[in-house]
Amino acid sequence: MDILQVTDLKKYFPIKGGFMNRVVGQVKAVDGVTFRLKKGTTMGLVGESGCGKTTTGRTILRLNGGKTGGEVLFNGKEVYDLSDKELREARTKMQIIFQDPFSSLSPRLPVGEIIGEAVKEHHLVPKAEYDDYLDRVMDECGLQPFHKTRYPHEFSGGQRQRICIARALALNPEFVVCDEPVSALDVSIQAQIINLLKKLQQQRGLSYLFISHDLSVVEHISDTVGVMYLGSLVEYGEKKDIFDNPLHPYTKALFSAIPIPDPKAGMKRIVLEGSIPSPANPPSGCKFHTRCKYCTEKCKTETPVQKEVEKGHFVVCHQF
Amino acid sequence: MAKNTKKNEGYLSSREIREISRKNRKITGELEKKWKRKHVPESEYLTQMKNPENAVEFEDLHTWFFTDAGTVKSVDGVTFDVPIGKTIGVVGESGCGKSVTSLSLMQLLQRPQGQIVSGHIRLNLGDKAIEISNTPREQMQKIRGNVVSMIFQEPMTSLNPVFRIGDQVDEVIALHNGEGKTKEQIKEETIKALEMVGIANSQGVYRMFPHELSGGMRQRVMIAMALACHPKVIIADEPTTALDVTIQAQILDLLRDLKDRINSSIMLITHDLGVIAEMADYVVVMYAGKIVEKGTAEDIFYHPTHPYTIGLMASKPVVGRQTDELYSIPGKVPNPVNMPDYCYFRDRCEKRLPCCDGEYPCEFSLSDTHKVSCYRCDPKYMNEAGKPDQAPDGEGGR
Repeated sequence: MDILQVTDLKKYFPIKGGFMNRVVGQVKAVDGVTFRLKKGTTMGLVGESGCGKTTTGRTILRLNGGKTGGEVLFNGKEVYDLSDKELREARTKMQIIFQDPFSSLSPRLPVGEIIGEAVKEHHLVPKAEYDDYLDRVMDECGLQPFHKTRYPHEFSGGQRQRICIARALALNPEFVVCDEPVSALDVSIQAQIINLLKKLQQQRGLSYLFISHDLSVVEHISDTVGVMYLGSLVEYGEKKDIFDNPLHPYTKALFSAIPIPDPKAGMKRIVLEGSIPSPANPPSGCKFHTRCKYCTEKCKTETPVQKEVEKGHFVVCHQF
Repeated sequence: MAKNTKKNEGYLSSREIREISRKNRKITGELEKKWKRKHVPESEYLTQMKNPENAVEFEDLHTWFFTDAGTVKSVDGVTFDVPIGKTIGVVGESGCGKSVTSLSLMQLLQRPQGQIVSGHIRLNLGDKAIEISNTPREQMQKIRGNVVSMIFQEPMTSLNPVFRIGDQVDEVIALHNGEGKTKEQIKEETIKALEMVGIANSQGVYRMFPHELSGGMRQRVMIAMALACHPKVIIADEPTTALDVTIQAQILDLLRDLKDRINSSIMLITHDLGVIAEMADYVVVMYAGKIVEKGTAEDIFYHPTHPYTIGLMASKPVVGRQTDELYSIPGKVPNPVNMPDYCYFRDRCEKRLPCCDGEYPCEFSLSDTHKVSCYRCDPKYMNEAGKPDQAPDGEGGR
């Protein structure tokens, strides 16, 4: 069953300026993202910085105000049509783990408070069981009960990320957006956190939307992978299909740029020229045509549509 | 007071802190005085390279920070060479002393707390060699930028937001290599430097402010600044950590290309093993201020021997390698103020031997280039441990 179904999601941010702060343009942060997420699986979202990965995650959770277009169905219900009361309930079912564990924890609250605040707010457990419940959640995330009275600054980066995970999981969610949960951490700590996320997924049947720019991490944790470029999903499919048989020229370039820890591996790299164009003024036609070496006249004018090349393997490119 | 220390180990009372800082001031005061002297005769810091093929030689370097909480031995006995025209990669977790090693070479340590306490850093200037740890402040100014220069970690924060790119690069050239040059000549050199790092619109970028550039472009500007005076040694401190893979690939290609063009050596500091494998000829693995393993890139990647190196490699997911669970090194780095007197890695090591309780292991040679600090490589204990482990099957070695 699909826990999440996103169809042609769009989110534009206005650029204000000029006389009387008029809207003078739009940053097309997310411009046509379509995917489905099965219950209990992980979808990895990769792409360069500024391509709209984080905005996609936040827009799905209705954390960015309104959306500009498209549909987000969570458990079959449109997230943006929920009433305030329904949304409040749904909030406990979908959670987010933020990127930077150093700035996403309030320095003035003790850890127990950080983790338990939302539990109290939503009255998830009776008051008498509250302490036990907190201990259990913290234990699952590898934290000790005596950590409850400490403050975030007393913890290392890896421990803080565990606090963030515990905070999200305390509400017993079904779906968690992990927004670059490991990119601020050291390699050995990274492994601990990834293992923890995987373990919790198996125990609780969680579904993740795993946003990262580290392809090796995404390959390790995901079941399906989506590759984003300038606000749109250019390729989407099963992990195996994407990694063994990347089709879109951007995906190919992205994968060839991963450094391999083997000095003799040799570099058969496709180096992309230039940098990512501005999302406020994206190129016409295929957005990737300015950096694509297979670019034809058609690519410059006509916008490609999503095609299913193999079963469950979607590509947005005129070549197919 | 006594109660407090008993309750929370590691917490110091204000009286203890005062005492420590008084002692620290005494030590650092003397070292500072020596460093600030003027008109130091050249003979005091001239030295001989052990091997004229090397650009830099670190020998038994100790860089300590005298903080109010105690002495932090950030770099504690580090010995390695940077050969001319080669790239040497320094890997390790954050806080292991990688950056402090390079800052010692530049004499950019946070003074007066940070001090080179003992050891030698010999820098090859071509016809002569100097000893960095004795070089006075005045002299260092001529070396920074000209002979040794550094590409800093975060291009977002290391450029000054209120000056134009051109002015910032001009300043470097004027300061280090600008004698007898007019403003126009300096500008010409700046534009040449910007073109060298692959900035197409160099005239335009010259007039721009840092916020107008993307991360990759900013990093290029940083590289242009570092290379503007054709240094012999380039220290690249995590040059690509903040960048995307595609941009990272561009920057690494650029660095490799430029290194060959001006025939300099690169000291590449990073925690990404992939980047090291791609760039480095020699690799140094650091842990808690000491080198645990060093060797050529092949030695380290095909025959990692120290348990830490093996753990580090196994804990990094690799594209195309399927594993159910990533290996993670148990425990954490010991407190830098109170380092244990046995092997620093012992408490996290899964292959420890009875002899590991002894003092910190010295360096054992596996081959001419491959050196490991671990008792498992000591011929004395070889039988006990069996053969020194080459990575466990399928892990780390690839």
